[in-house]
Amino acid sequence: MTSMNTTAKTATQNACKLCNPLGACLAFRGIENSVPFLHGSQGCATYIRRYLISHYKEPIDIASSNFNEETAVFGGSHNLKLGLKNVTQQYTPAVIGIATTCLSETIGDDVPMILREYKAIMGDVPQPIMIFASTPSYMGSHIDGFHSAVRATVKTLAEAGPKSDVVNLFPGMISPADIRYMKEIMEDFGIPYVLLPDYSQTLDGGPWGEYHTIPPGGTTTKAIAATGSASASIEFGSTLEAAKSGAGYLEENFGVPRHSMALPIGIKASDQFFATLERLTGTTMPEKHMDERRRLVDAYSDGHKYVFGRKVIIYGEEDLVISMASFLHEIGVVPVLCASGGKSGQMKKRLLEIIPDMDELGITAREGVDFVDIENETETLKPDFLIGNSKGFTMSKKSELPLIRIGFPIHDRFGGQRLHHLGYRGTQELFDRIVNTVIEQRQNSSDIGYTYM
Amino acid sequence: MDTENISLLKGREKQVYEKKQGGAEIDIACDTTSLSGSVSQRACVFCGSRVVLYPVADAIHIVHGPIGCAAYTWDIRGAVSSGPELHRLSFSTDLQEMDVIYGGEKKLYHSLIELIDQYQPNAAFIYSTCIVGLIGDDIDAICKKVAQEKGIPVLPVHSEGFKGTKKDGYRAACSALMTLIGTGSTEGISKYSINILGEFNLAGEAWIIREYYEKMGIQVVATMTGDGRIDAIRRSHGASLNVVQCSGSMTSLAKDMEEKYGIPFIRVSYFGFEDMSKSLYDVAQLFPDRPEIMEKAKEIVRDEIRQYYPEMQKFKTALTGKKAAIYVGGAFKTFSLIKALRTIGMSVVLAGSQTGNKDDYRRLKEMCDEGTIIVDDSNPVELSKFILEKEADLLIGGVKERPIAFKLGVGFCDHNHERKIPLAGFVGMYNFAKEVYESVMSPVWQFAPRKGGLL
Repeated sequence: MTSMNTTAKTATQNACKLCNPLGACLAFRGIENSVPFLHGSQGCATYIRRYLISHYKEPIDIASSNFNEETAVFGGSHNLKLGLKNVTQQYTPAVIGIATTCLSETIGDDVPMILREYKAIMGDVPQPIMIFASTPSYMGSHIDGFHSAVRATVKTLAEAGPKSDVVNLFPGMISPADIRYMKEIMEDFGIPYVLLPDYSQTLDGGPWGEYHTIPPGGTTTKAIAATGSASASIEFGSTLEAAKSGAGYLEENFGVPRHSMALPIGIKASDQFFATLERLTGTTMPEKHMDERRRLVDAYSDGHKYVFGRKVIIYGEEDLVISMASFLHEIGVVPVLCASGGKSGQMKKRLLEIIPDMDELGITAREGVDFVDIENETETLKPDFLIGNSKGFTMSKKSELPLIRIGFPIHDRFGGQRLHHLGYRGTQELFDRIVNTVIEQRQNSSDIGYTYM
Repeated sequence: MDTENISLLKGREKQVYEKKQGGAEIDIACDTTSLSGSVSQRACVFCGSRVVLYPVADAIHIVHGPIGCAAYTWDIRGAVSSGPELHRLSFSTDLQEMDVIYGGEKKLYHSLIELIDQYQPNAAFIYSTCIVGLIGDDIDAICKKVAQEKGIPVLPVHSEGFKGTKKDGYRAACSALMTLIGTGSTEGISKYSINILGEFNLAGEAWIIREYYEKMGIQVVATMTGDGRIDAIRRSHGASLNVVQCSGSMTSLAKDMEEKYGIPFIRVSYFGFEDMSKSLYDVAQLFPDRPEIMEKAKEIVRDEIRQYYPEMQKFKTALTGKKAAIYVGGAFKTFSLIKALRTIGMSVVLAGSQTGNKDDYRRLKEMCDEGTIIVDDSNPVELSKFILEKEADLLIGGVKERPIAFKLGVGFCDHNHERKIPLAGFVGMYNFAKEVYESVMSPVWQFAPRKGGLL
């Protein structure tokens, strides 16, 4: 459904998306002892590093093949090989995750062929594992790059073998705090698991006594190899198609059943996730998590009056927006606009599955929008607050609407990497923040100065 | 600290130099493109153009290419404006696969028309990105056409990322400015007038500098490009002198203006008491027929230093003997920072830049103490190695360098685009000293492993 004040614009103004290679770099950071490598201009790597660093506050080294004019004319083969050699020497990585850019894609570099040539030249010298993801910046957005890198990783490393008890978890682009919580859940269920990609430590780690060329942490290549013989995969992402996903690849090539579900935000979605774990393991939900659920239900009752009927605009990656809409719907908040810079063509359909009467409730969905589009909508939709990443701040300031920061990037607040969004715990955090936003708004707008709210 | 196992990349040895007694002459191989596979802290040609033109606040800046280049440079600099804020918006033609196949000219044309109608800017800058250099869009023709239709300057900036280094981007930006300069009226411009070049008004720094000059009785025609306005740029050829800071980005423009309009230029720096004072004196000296300008300059220097001196002594007492590493964009800034650090008792153990030239590095060598490491176009691995080896207490750099310092438990001062506190001028030196003090003296480092904290 398109809203009334949709204007056909040609240019994108204040984009609500990032480019494909950024997502790939992030995913490659979640493999142990790996270096992301962009095949393109120096600027791509530097800008992406800067963008990621401003959120994660960690050193993020991304190598580049540093195209120059000759490279663009004669092809990137020489630069790519030299770059791989240099990265291997300076970083001694186990894995190099190579992603393309608009430049190398447009000149038509055949990266897999170049990699074969490189291996042949290097002969018997042991080389890092090379994972290659095609991520042209003129297609899709950062989330597509993320999934391409994950799929390329299992494609390169997964091995067939006798069926194991391992459960694969492909959580998508979530926060380091969420990753740690997912791992805790898997451990509490006592399941052997592989979570990919795991940047919970590489992008949110402790202090260093010495310089690490590559930060500690990440999914090991051995674990990724084992994904091929796993008993099942769980994959988050409402719009993520099997043909483009890691779990999809494993199902198609290794017969590992793929359990696709929405990012578990809210009680219903989290219940579904825990129920899947119960089914896969034959274990009931550990008491600790039952307890977290109980506290969440209790918090819902304590806070329901503050949030009921509030109107909100949510924006960001489609999968995050859909899951947030589902959660908001179950607490009585109306997501009057669910907006994304992504364009899967599936957002409305997925939302209808969760909220069949969304049209009647005044819930709208728009794909492929930018912040100027969203800002225009705030004028007519008059929401009470906004939920999304930091990039909505300009709009929130202009419209004088509170912004609840979630997801990526969070560039104007501290601790974005430590925010929870998923499961009962993440939902609890989100719920507390939403209720407090309403309370703060009321307290500030009253002259009385209430000390109990 | 074991850093022996960290080696320099083959091909990088010539960009690293250690000043030693009886050591070799410095011959840093700079001005080259970055080595493939080295994690350079540099960006690209586009970045060079974008940073220079970014602060022009009454123009729209349209990035012609896929979304990334525009998304990553949206509101990226702390360059503030006293009026319009069009520069803080991000516009992109957001090229898609079909545009790459069939060309993006139409999309660019329509984008320009729509954005100009919507925002009514005084000019438009069109940045070409990597892909535009490949698909062969004739952006010059489109710009010309739109300029005619809309009656405002529409300026192509040839900043395809791969066509050189950041410095080439500076040049592309300067040549776009050069096409504007000379198109406005010079009426009402005094003989005692200057343009401020290479001051980007980060955290309002250009305002501070401008005020000094105006107090001296000098008219400032245009600041390029901090708090920049198209009309001021158009008439800037009427100024008597170009005062150039951030020499890396703006010297080529000053040279072009000298050649075309006969305007002389001088290079200055506004960082640190020493260089700030020298800048005012150097400018005053060029207006000898009005001695009150020099008188006023002396008065400003005296008053300002008197105001900040006592506080500075406190910082100096605390910081004496501490060691700093500097890795910033331009070499000229490095010179000033070395002096500024000396005024607060600190020595420099590593000095480097992304874009210095041979002369810069020779001068750097002369200024530095024995044992100082000098680097060109360095990378995180090298920077960390030297910070640890030289036991630095502070790193001065930008966003990309910050986490290196913090991971290793070293203080940090952001001397790049994102700073929110002015570091230029006399007040800027005070702010700088305060920031350095607050980071170096913070008690949190007691928990850092290299200071004996737990791993």
